Parts: sequence; structure tokens; C-alpha cells
Amino acid sequence: MKLKRKIPLIDQHDKFGFWGGKFGGSFIPETLKKPIDDLTKDFQKLRKNKNFIKKRNFYFKNYIGSPTRFIKLENLTEYLGGAQIWAKVVSDANGGAHKIYNATVHALICKNMGKKYIVGDTGAGYAGKMLSMAAKKFGLKCKIFMGAKDIKRQKPNCDAMRKNGAEIVPVFSGSQTLVDAVSECMRYWVSNCDTTHMCVGSTVGPNIFVKICGWSTSQISRELKKQIKKKFNKIPNKVKLINCVGGGSSAYGFWSEFVDYPKSQIELIGVEAGGPKKSKLHAAPLSRGAKLGVLHGAASYVCQNSEGQIKETESISAGLDYPGVSPIHCFLKDTKRARYTYATDEDALNAYKLVTKLEKINPSLEPSHAFAEAIKIAPKLSKNTIVIVNSCGDAKKDRDILRKKLGKKI
Amino acid sequence: MNKFISLAFKKAREDNRPAFLTYTVAGDSTKKKSLDILKSISKDVDICEIGFPHNTPIADGGQIQTSAYRAIKNGIKISDVFQLVRIFKKTKNSKPVILMGYYNMIYQYGENKFIKKCKSSGVNGLIVVDLPWPENKNFAKKCKSNSISFIQLLSPTTSKERLIKIIKDSHNMIYYISMLSTTGGKLKVSPKQILSNYKKIKKINPKKNCVIGFGITEKTISKLKNADGLVVGSAICKEITKSLKNGQNPVINVSRIVKRLKNKIL
Ligand SMILES: Cc1ncc(COP(=O)(O)O)c(C=O)c1O
Repeated sequence: MKLKRKIPLIDQHDKFGFWGGKFGGSFIPETLKKPIDDLTKDFQKLRKNKNFIKKRNFYFKNYIGSPTRFIKLENLTEYLGGAQIWAKVVSDANGGAHKIYNATVHALICKNMGKKYIVGDTGAGYAGKMLSMAAKKFGLKCKIFMGAKDIKRQKPNCDAMRKNGAEIVPVFSGSQTLVDAVSECMRYWVSNCDTTHMCVGSTVGPNIFVKICGWSTSQISRELKKQIKKKFNKIPNKVKLINCVGGGSSAYGFWSEFVDYPKSQIELIGVEAGGPKKSKLHAAPLSRGAKLGVLHGAASYVCQNSEGQIKETESISAGLDYPGVSPIHCFLKDTKRARYTYATDEDALNAYKLVTKLEKINPSLEPSHAFAEAIKIAPKLSKNTIVIVNSCGDAKKDRDILRKKLGKKI
Repeated sequence: MNKFISLAFKKAREDNRPAFLTYTVAGDSTKKKSLDILKSISKDVDICEIGFPHNTPIADGGQIQTSAYRAIKNGIKISDVFQLVRIFKKTKNSKPVILMGYYNMIYQYGENKFIKKCKSSGVNGLIVVDLPWPENKNFAKKCKSNSISFIQLLSPTTSKERLIKIIKDSHNMIYYISMLSTTGGKLKVSPKQILSNYKKIKKINPKKNCVIGFGITEKTISKLKNADGLVVGSAICKEITKSLKNGQNPVINVSRIVKRLKNKIL
């Protein structure tokens, strides 16, 4: 299994849609073959269409607000006493997280296909909130599928979705979290694919959804590359890019421009949700040795039992609480280009406390997992090592959880 | 190609009626009950479709999901599914059994091992919901060389070109999904429209036994009786749920609804 150079990772799959010959694909019911084929052809055309690119760039700049900031966390750096800690503050983006890139692109595609309805899944509620924003902006009717447990724990984002006029469909099956929301959303699409476009909220699902999402979030690393060059006059010799991984869309977007650099120069570190310290449950298929399986239309490492039933997961972070992961990250893991680890709920909370005490940023529980890893490794690293964390979401949505766990008003 | 499946269609055709296929979930509501249900309904049924339940079914509606979750909760394992088929087949050797499920379960079991186990337990056909053509070509071939029919699915969204190619690669039975829906949805197109699509499929190759499924209930079944075969699933799963809720015996209630359905297509 080998990475190719100079070809975007999203395009390094075979004709059946598999990365590295075994990750990804399109395991879909027959009914979805045609809508997925149509979408694949349309996207193929659109990404080569100058007008479409212009439109995308226009909305990325004027609607999402790019570039998002690239800042040094001086206090945290000093406190840890090792590597320099920097943050790409992707939560600056309109709506407060990277999910806006994928949502905007899907809304544009939906409009282009002449469909008036758009549906999507959400865990943390950001993918749903952003899709509801984009739908409102582009005049589409929007339905969001969300696990009943997540509706409770991410209320601020649910309020935002409703305010934007989207309907939230609560999902009561299974663990009532993201995995069930994605299933229900796909089932809805099976029944309504003639009039409705589906947006998958991360770089997961059938091949084409991985590609569209990765194509959208890669804006993050295009900006970052320029910002690094500007700050350091070059790409420094020792860089570590740390990102949380749920489905893996923010991590893909954060890394895509840097995959061709040698690992010794730019290390890619993905941090999954380790779950509560004392629990056996987690949402870390890459770093805790899950087996290859098929979930939501794609082959990836999946938390499952020996029979192939998908396992329940547990994480304080709704956005990372998912048993599967992007096939692209499986590919990056098996080619050893990226390294994957996990942080527990407690690690993430401690990281949140420390970062917000020392700095003026407010990372949500998902990027707090990435900060936990940065905090862990930075003290042992040299001062010329540049650790960059993708602060990909804002903690406003975690208000209730943080208040409960830390007794803190935010 | 599985001869028992061909025979079942032949027999129904001789009786001048469509073949009647039921779908029940292995282990619903318990291992024993699901076997009792199969034994009890088999006299009215030409082919038994048996679901091996998965907890993340992306193409099943509420009724079948409920059955699947119930079966899993009550402890059904894939080995139990094979065991169930084996026991059923001991007394109903010629009654064709088709297993239906999602690919991950087969993948985890191992394709070859799964097919071998199917063969030794007496499974006659397989439907894999999320393994479409052409991705299923290899697997279908393996089935065929073990005398197991791999049943290709066709849908209203399947293009003409694709229909031709899929039918060409199909075995002795194909399955037309009546409408854009998960299983158990309300029939949202007219039986007339469904039959018109069905005829287009038959025209491509009249020799293939083509069944229609999804959304068929007591209300609609008689209007579709010109097809080679009709599948009822959710209406039966719903009956099990209802029986349990009312503290009644699902075996009796399911047998009754199956008989009523059958009578409507005679
Ligand atoms: C802020 C934030 N970060 C990360 C994630 C995880 O998704 P992904 O790995 O696709 O970035 C989510 C998902 O909801 C999120 O809201």
C-alpha cells in the first residue's frame, strides 16, 4: 500500500472507490446507485468548472470568512516549556466550526442539481447547524437527523438549526448518537433520492461523499500553508499538525496540503475519542485496534464485535462519538503517513481547562482532544518544533456539559 | 443455480398464481419462536426469506428494524441463523430458504466460509442489501459455483442499460424493489405503475423469475398478482410486534396473516 505524490488524497482511489485497495468503496442499496452516480458525475464536472470554483471561493471568503486566524499560543507555549504551540482557529469560520465548508459546497451542488430539499446527519450539531445555515442562505428546505442523546447534550446547536428553519428529526434507535443519525439519514435518502440531496457530515459514507467533504475542508490547509510560509518565511523543519478525528473531515482538511512532505518534517497526528477513562467503550477505531468492516456504505476500521454488529461508542464529545472513520484516515494509518492516538474524556476536559485558562480561545470538546495530545508531547520537544493544533470548533455548544463537569459558566 | 428455487416458481406457475415469499427475521422474537413461525407458515409459503439481523441497517424501515433489534437483543448469533435453517430444512427439505442481510456480517464471517456454511445448512439463495452490481460480481460467482442463487436487486432508479447488464449476470431469480423506499414504506406508487416497470424487466429476459417486494400488504397484494412472485416482510414483522404488545402468540397471528395474504393471490 503506497501513497502517490502530487495527487490529492481524495483522488487516490481505484475504480471501485477503494483507497489502498481496501478502504472506502460504495456499499449501497441498488436504489442509491443512480443518485450516487449522478452526484459523482456532477461533482466531477463542477470541480473542473471555473465558474463553480469562483463561486466556491466567493462564498468561502465572503460568507464563511477566510482565512481563519493562525496564531501562536504564547502563554501555553511558555507554560509547557517545550515546543511552540500554535493554533489554526478554524472556529473563526461562520457558524463556529469547519463543518461550514462541506455544508456550503453541498448546498451549492444541491442547487446546481436543481434539487430543493437537502438532508444531513449531525452529532455535535455543527454539521446540522451549518447545513441549516447554508440551506437558508441558498433557499433550500432542510432536514437534519440527530440522535436523541445528542439533541439533549448539544442544545445550543439545535436551537440554531431551528432558528434557521430546519426540521430536526430525532433518532431513537440504537445508541441515539451520530451512528444512528447517519443510518436514519441514509434511509431517508433511499426513500426520497428523487427530490432530495444528501450531505454526509464528514469524510465518511460512500466514496463520493468522502471526496466532496475532503475537497471542501481542504481549504483549511490551503490557508494554513500560506500562513505558515508568511510567518516563518518557509515551511519549518519540524512541524506537527495535531487534529481530532471523528469521521476525519477536519483532519483531512488540515493535512491535505502537507501529505507530500516527509514525515520527518511534517508529522500528522490524529487524536480519537478514548471515552471515559474507566469505561471499556470508546470511539477510537484507528488507535485502539478495530477491525476492518463496512459501515454506512464504506469499508473502514470500525468498532464492532466479532459478528460484525457495530459496537456502541462513548465519548464526552458528540462530534467524535462515532464507531467508524474515514477510509482516507485508514489509508494514512496503514501507509504510516499519519499517526493516530486517543485522548480520554478526562484528558480532553483538562486540556480545555488549561487552554481556556491561559489563552483567549475557546475550543469545543472535539479539538480539546487534539490539545490534550499537544499538551502531552510539547514539553519533551525542542523550542524549534512547531506544534499546530486545529481548533476546529467553538465550545459554545458544549455549555451544558462544561457547566456540569467543571461547574463553570462559559 | 439453485434448483429448488426454480422449482418453487415452476410449481406456482402451474397453479396459475405468483410464488409467495415471506420475510422474517431469524431470532425474532426468540430463536425458538422464529423457528416455530417458519414451520407454521411454510405450508402457505413457496420461498422463505430469512433475515440475519444487523444493528446498522441502512435500507430497512421501522418494522424490520424493530424485528432485527429485538432478535439481536434476544441473543441471535450468525451461527444460530445457520442452525435455524438446518433444523427447518430437516423437515422441509424442498422448501427454498433465502438468507438476506448486510455485507459486513458476511465479511466478518469470511465470504468463503459463509457460503460453505450456507451450503451445508441448506440455504438456497442469498440477498445482500448493500452489495450492488458490479461490486457483487465475484461474490455472486462464488455463490453460483456452490449452487446458491445470488439474487440481484433492481429498483425504479436502475437505468435501462444497467438493468440489461445486471439481468445478464443474474441467476434464476431477481428482485424488483417496488418503489423508492426502505422496506415497509407505504406503497406510494400505484400497483399499475409497479407492474408496468416489472414488465420492462421481464421483457429484457422473460426466463428470469422476477419477484416484487417492499410495501406489499393485505390491501395491495392482489393487485400485483401478475408477477412471478411477491414478497411480504414488514407486514409480518409488524404482526409479531403487535402480538407481543397484546400478549398474544405471534406464531398463531403470523400464520393467520400469512394465510390471508396467500388467499388473496390464489
Ligand atoms: C468541532 C468539531 N470537530 C470535530 C468533529 C469531528 O468530525 P471530523 O472528524 O469529521 O472533523 C466535529 C463533528 O461534529 C465537530 O463538530
